[in-house]
Amino acid sequence: MAKRIREALPLLPFFALVTIFLIVPTVTVIFSAFFVDGAFSLSRIAALFSETALSALWKSVLLSASTAIIGALLGAVLAWLIVSSPPSSILRRAVISLCSVLAQFGGVALAFAFLATIGLNGVLTIWVQQHFGWNLAGSGWLYSLSGLILVYTYFQIPLMVIVFVPALEGLREQWREAAVSLGASTFQYWRQVAVPLLTPAFLGSVLLLFANAFAAYATAAALVSQGSPIVPLLIRAALTSEVVLGQSGFAYALALEMIVIVAIVMVAYNLLVRRTARWLQ
Amino acid sequence: MKRTRLFGIAALTTSALLCAGLTACAPPEKRSEGEQTQSGRSAAEATSADDFGGMDGLVDAAKKEGELNVIALPPDWANYGALIKAFSDKYGIKVNSAQPDAASQDEINAAKQQKGKSTAPDVFDLGQSVALANTAMFAPYKVATFNDIPAAYTDPDGKWVNDYGGYMSIGFDSTKVPPVADINDLLKPEYNGKVALNGDPTQAGAAFSGVLMVALSQGGSVEDIAPGVEFFRKLKEAGNFLPVDPTPATIESGQTPVVIDWNYLNAARTAKLPSWQVFVPSNAIVAGYYYQAINSDAPHPAAARLWQEFLYSDEGQNLYAAGGVRPVRADGMLRAGTIDKAVIDHIPVIDGPVSVPTPDQTEKATTYLTDNWAKAIG
Repeated sequence: MAKRIREALPLLPFFALVTIFLIVPTVTVIFSAFFVDGAFSLSRIAALFSETALSALWKSVLLSASTAIIGALLGAVLAWLIVSSPPSSILRRAVISLCSVLAQFGGVALAFAFLATIGLNGVLTIWVQQHFGWNLAGSGWLYSLSGLILVYTYFQIPLMVIVFVPALEGLREQWREAAVSLGASTFQYWRQVAVPLLTPAFLGSVLLLFANAFAAYATAAALVSQGSPIVPLLIRAALTSEVVLGQSGFAYALALEMIVIVAIVMVAYNLLVRRTARWLQ
Repeated sequence: MKRTRLFGIAALTTSALLCAGLTACAPPEKRSEGEQTQSGRSAAEATSADDFGGMDGLVDAAKKEGELNVIALPPDWANYGALIKAFSDKYGIKVNSAQPDAASQDEINAAKQQKGKSTAPDVFDLGQSVALANTAMFAPYKVATFNDIPAAYTDPDGKWVNDYGGYMSIGFDSTKVPPVADINDLLKPEYNGKVALNGDPTQAGAAFSGVLMVALSQGGSVEDIAPGVEFFRKLKEAGNFLPVDPTPATIESGQTPVVIDWNYLNAARTAKLPSWQVFVPSNAIVAGYYYQAINSDAPHPAAARLWQEFLYSDEGQNLYAAGGVRPVRADGMLRAGTIDKAVIDHIPVIDGPVSVPTPDQTEKATTYLTDNWAKAIG
């Protein structure tokens, strides 16, 4: 018993942090979504079914799902190209380092980079307009959902590379040799050995990317200033609006909605990872 | 009240854990009730400098507290950087400026969350709707110059007093667009993709007033904001509306060549971008004033009151004016000749009727915007 406690001791600071930054806020959100002035009420949950809230949820899911799928497909191809080069290759190490940086390069800086390049008054927009007469920025597509999809994809691809490269590296050369010695063609090897092995890892990565995009806030906040098309922005509006007051209860309900969706996604992710772990150690 | 107790316990456990684990955590201090003043009232109950036995007594009490917590005061907004420095130098009181870029509602949230701690805000500077919704949190206090302030700009008990205001304006970069001389100019093709509004009018007070200004120019009134929304719909249709939240960075880099915002914010940009000009349309003048108030749970009640005295003194009002805003005592000071010659030029000259929406009118317009704004610009 004493030994157990001693072994658990170094974990205490971690548990303290988890309690403060995960458990307490989560309990607060759940509690506040259901209790109005100390009395149980479903009115805040009912507000989730208003037109505004449903539309924000739908757009959030659409944004997260589309950028997860685009990011996963392009990222997987890039990861495969990286793994094909020898581990000592400078290019390979450079690309992986770059991906680690770019995967975290969301937020205001990224949004501003896009605004300043292909926004309505962006450098590239104006250059193309002067030299070719095309209008890249069109009717301001960058400032709406379509723009968010482009900008989010920019940090989804590198994240996919980081999470998918280990799975590809787990494919043992012996398996390919075994398949070839049994007379399989390259196509057959991929179709019957590699792809089935990689599928759970790939789908797991898609879910991780989905959660990543679903919870992202700063990029969207910097890019979209009118209306609140997605749930994180709707929460901001409910909490900080100077014009429409007293909506913090609605914000709690929206936060609960996000927690539920991310929880579902993470449970599915864990199931898939467990399946992958059987083969790819 | 079960909920409060539950969270009280959770918060206690949390801070105990935090303090055990991290040394950077300031322990929650018991709020000092302040020194007893000469009149026998505590500083937190004083309603004028007389309760301290005059200004000298107030200054002594504030110096004893030694600190003042302010929140949401950006240094480049209404000259707050200079105001804080002048106050600090004059009285030797350390000013802790928290979250300078926070919104009005954040100030109230901070006061509630940090209630009873030494870090809670002492004073507020709030937009109209947030201020009027939270008067229960304000301590009544009348500064020495209270009677010089027009009654329309004060609460009769002194719970809040308007401190400074400005007019809605259109700022533009004269090297990028032709000069704006009328609001209807904005529909012209020269402004394609260039006209930005400071925020979403259902969220930001400045944007709300911007839509109201446009409404006035289109035959609307403080009772009828619909023509303003219709104008923005046309602006969007023409491809002229630029849905970017303007910041000093977007203005200096040329991403937002035309910005609808308060005149003092637009005027502040000219310092870094000399070609940035400010236009206040004379047929649609919308004024807005900020609300100054003392937190009734202020950890430094005497310093909070001294800060009020300072802001509404000739010195404080002149410092406001130097930041391009219109201090609330401007008219009286112009008459009395106590305003600095150097800052008169900074105060915009306005002729024509000035509209300030009442809380009821604001609420009505807000309801309309909530239902129609997203459809108009979506």
